[in-house]
Amino acid sequence: MAPDDKRLLQIRDLRIEAMVGDTILEIVKGVDLDLDRGEVIGLIGESGAGKSTIGLAAMGFARYGTRISGGRITFDGQDLRTATEAQLRALRGARIAYVAQSAAASFNPAHKIIDQHVEAPVLHGYQSRSAAQDDGMKLYAKLRLPEPDVIGFRYPHQLSGGQLQRAMTAMAMACRPDLIIFDEPTTALDVTTQVEVLSAIRDIVEQFQTAAIYITHDLAVVAQMADRIKVLLKGEEVEEAPTAHILAHPKESYTRKLLAVRSYERPEKSRSSKTAQPELSIRGLDVAYRSGPKVLHDVSFDLHRGMTVAVVGESGSGKSTTARTIMGLLPATSGEIRLRGEILPWSFRERSKDQLRRIQMIYQSADTALNPRMRVSEIIGRPAKFYAGLEDRALHRRVEELLSLIELDPAKFYDRLPSELSGGQKQRVGIARALAADPEIVICDEVTSALDQIVAEGILRLLDRLQNEIGLTYMFITHDLATVRAVADEVVVMQRGRVTDSGARSKVFAPPHHPYTAQLLASEPKMDPKWLDTYKGRGSERPM
Amino acid sequence: MTDIVSLIIKRLGLGLLTMLVVSILIFFAVELLPGDSAQAALGQMATGETVAAMRKQMGLDVPAIVRYFYWLQDFVHGDFGTSMISHTSVAGAILGRFANSFFLAGFAAIIAIPLAVSLGVAAALFRDTIFDKSVNVTSLTAVSAPEFLLGYILVVIFAVKLRWFPPISNIRDGAEIGERIFRSFLPAMTLVLVATAHMMRMTRAAIINVLAGPYIEMARLKGVPPWRVIVRHALPNAWAPIINVVTLSLAYMITGVVLVEVVFDYPGIGQLLVDSVSKRDFPIVQACCLIFAAIFILLNIAADVGSILTNPRLKRPK
Repeated sequence: MAPDDKRLLQIRDLRIEAMVGDTILEIVKGVDLDLDRGEVIGLIGESGAGKSTIGLAAMGFARYGTRISGGRITFDGQDLRTATEAQLRALRGARIAYVAQSAAASFNPAHKIIDQHVEAPVLHGYQSRSAAQDDGMKLYAKLRLPEPDVIGFRYPHQLSGGQLQRAMTAMAMACRPDLIIFDEPTTALDVTTQVEVLSAIRDIVEQFQTAAIYITHDLAVVAQMADRIKVLLKGEEVEEAPTAHILAHPKESYTRKLLAVRSYERPEKSRSSKTAQPELSIRGLDVAYRSGPKVLHDVSFDLHRGMTVAVVGESGSGKSTTARTIMGLLPATSGEIRLRGEILPWSFRERSKDQLRRIQMIYQSADTALNPRMRVSEIIGRPAKFYAGLEDRALHRRVEELLSLIELDPAKFYDRLPSELSGGQKQRVGIARALAADPEIVICDEVTSALDQIVAEGILRLLDRLQNEIGLTYMFITHDLATVRAVADEVVVMQRGRVTDSGARSKVFAPPHHPYTAQLLASEPKMDPKWLDTYKGRGSERPM
Repeated sequence: MTDIVSLIIKRLGLGLLTMLVVSILIFFAVELLPGDSAQAALGQMATGETVAAMRKQMGLDVPAIVRYFYWLQDFVHGDFGTSMISHTSVAGAILGRFANSFFLAGFAAIIAIPLAVSLGVAAALFRDTIFDKSVNVTSLTAVSAPEFLLGYILVVIFAVKLRWFPPISNIRDGAEIGERIFRSFLPAMTLVLVATAHMMRMTRAAIINVLAGPYIEMARLKGVPPWRVIVRHALPNAWAPIINVVTLSLAYMITGVVLVEVVFDYPGIGQLLVDSVSKRDFPIVQACCLIFAAIFILLNIAADVGSILTNPRLKRPK
């Protein structure tokens, strides 16, 4: 085979511009990429690195408001920059397919899964409708979807996230493309689901010898999928090397930083004295929504002063419901919550101002938790005014003090609007708002899961510093075991509304494991490229 | 499907309750109008005694609250009362007029709805092109101009200058369908202009809103051509707002045509209502208003049911 026949995709000096307001910004600054037939390249970087933009450009596609402004994109000998829209349409879905991050949002809610599956093969003239439908069922079976013969006749909202992601991979495979762009296909999934989807994707890509561009921000995930990894930062290439090589010998300091992110670990604190009264004590909580079935069953644990309890579990395990009940937003049907020994009323309306002040919350999505029309000073100042009754100069001083505490320069940030803050800065303001009440207990609900890993680590370090300085007690809700390892002193593992395992972090994470804890730990991607093989080899796959 | 039936029943029940509230409002609002039918019937020169005698004869001396319950009772039994002026049954007076108004609204709707939806789809498909901009400017002009002005403009062009259509739409009872269409063409076009503009803008906005969704990008990345992206992927998800504006426009075309009917002297319900208000013929005013309210409520229920039927998430829960 001539070398040119092996090369499927060649990108040279790719430049992409975006219109931001009235200014044009270059968001991809001269990136090269080569991909052979059947090869998988991983694109990794934080948000804003240009990963998705490059992935879409490989299909000759630019999102609304962006434009491919320079460079060459050659797919199988065809120049995509000079190709007509009709020529590009003939390639898309047929020879180059796309798998999006959120399958739930990327399936059309108005049509059945199978109808969306057969659209590309019928439209491109590859297969008749009935042949494409039969083939779809075979692909569903290969991707280990339950009831492959009938699942396609459901609507997207009737499937789970993991099922949708596999159905979307099947849809991408419908025309047996030469190249698939996977754009963070498992980022939105729970760890245990992620493993299933990852191995299903890898098997099918191997089986059909499909080349792929695998986009993710998670180095451990891409290590399982890619032959080569390209690290990107702000639209530029940092380095590229074969997977094993880049993990073992990263050349650039940025790559080393990405590699180190998962290894941040704070030493575990143990309770100063077992007899000390817990700050917050939760006993036998049963919670149901309206007349529906119970969503929490007999949930009990304690929060001790100055310590961090991580509540970990998959989505639907009841973590956030527990937090809502503690905050007084959701009444329990039985059980009790004691704050320093005194029983807390179920509803926040019946709690005293002082009780309200002592428990504060930080939310997952700082984007929606901050009022977009209020300035930083108002957002932080409100609880300070409400709880401590501060006014004028004293209030101003307090807000400045809080801003310094969260490491934002008061002179620069005092008057900003949330839209003028980065994701990490918004989350810091969310923290300051909670601190403004001068609380004793702070409930952190997935506070880092919407952030890039390097930014997230900064937030975790800040929270740790605040705990040491102010003596705060944290209840840390997360689905990410790396976060648990980084911050927790004690761990509560939840599954389907029950506490399945709890205790000191070192105890919960050390063998012998509770079976569900073991499954969570095993599902967590490791930097080792062989991890997915060993995981599968163990035969611990769980039917969905 | 049983969910939808129970929903319809529930909404009809709520609709009845709304009707009751509306009936109270209408009855007492009409009471608040200055002057009364006795005065109106006898003229300004009548003495106080004759007016009082007339009031007694018309039953106006009974307290309003008592009259309300009598009226409601009759209404529930299907008796809309007798006109205070012509002394004929209200139902008879209203029926023919309503038929005319429905005819006009139906005529306009048959043209306006398909036209509006296809123009909206086309404007969304060719967004930001000359076509889109000119459709937008035209529709905005049509929406902003008062309907009587549009009516007069049509009269000047098509009746006075071109002499294609009659300027006045006085339809005789028992007129042929062809003549009806011919005579009501100009008022119908006036309604089409106003309603199309509204529905078209809403359709365009609903589709463009849906076009920002990830599943639209997915369709494009599957190589689906632009027209198919709109018709197959965007439109089915935009039905709910479109159905809402369509039913609202329908309600407007049936009940809101007072000005258009007056301009063209069209014998519809709007004109009857205006005449009856000036003559203080309360039973007719009240009956018309209640029927208007019922039409609005029924069309709103239809809009909700339509939205549910086009949304698989509401139609088939998990």
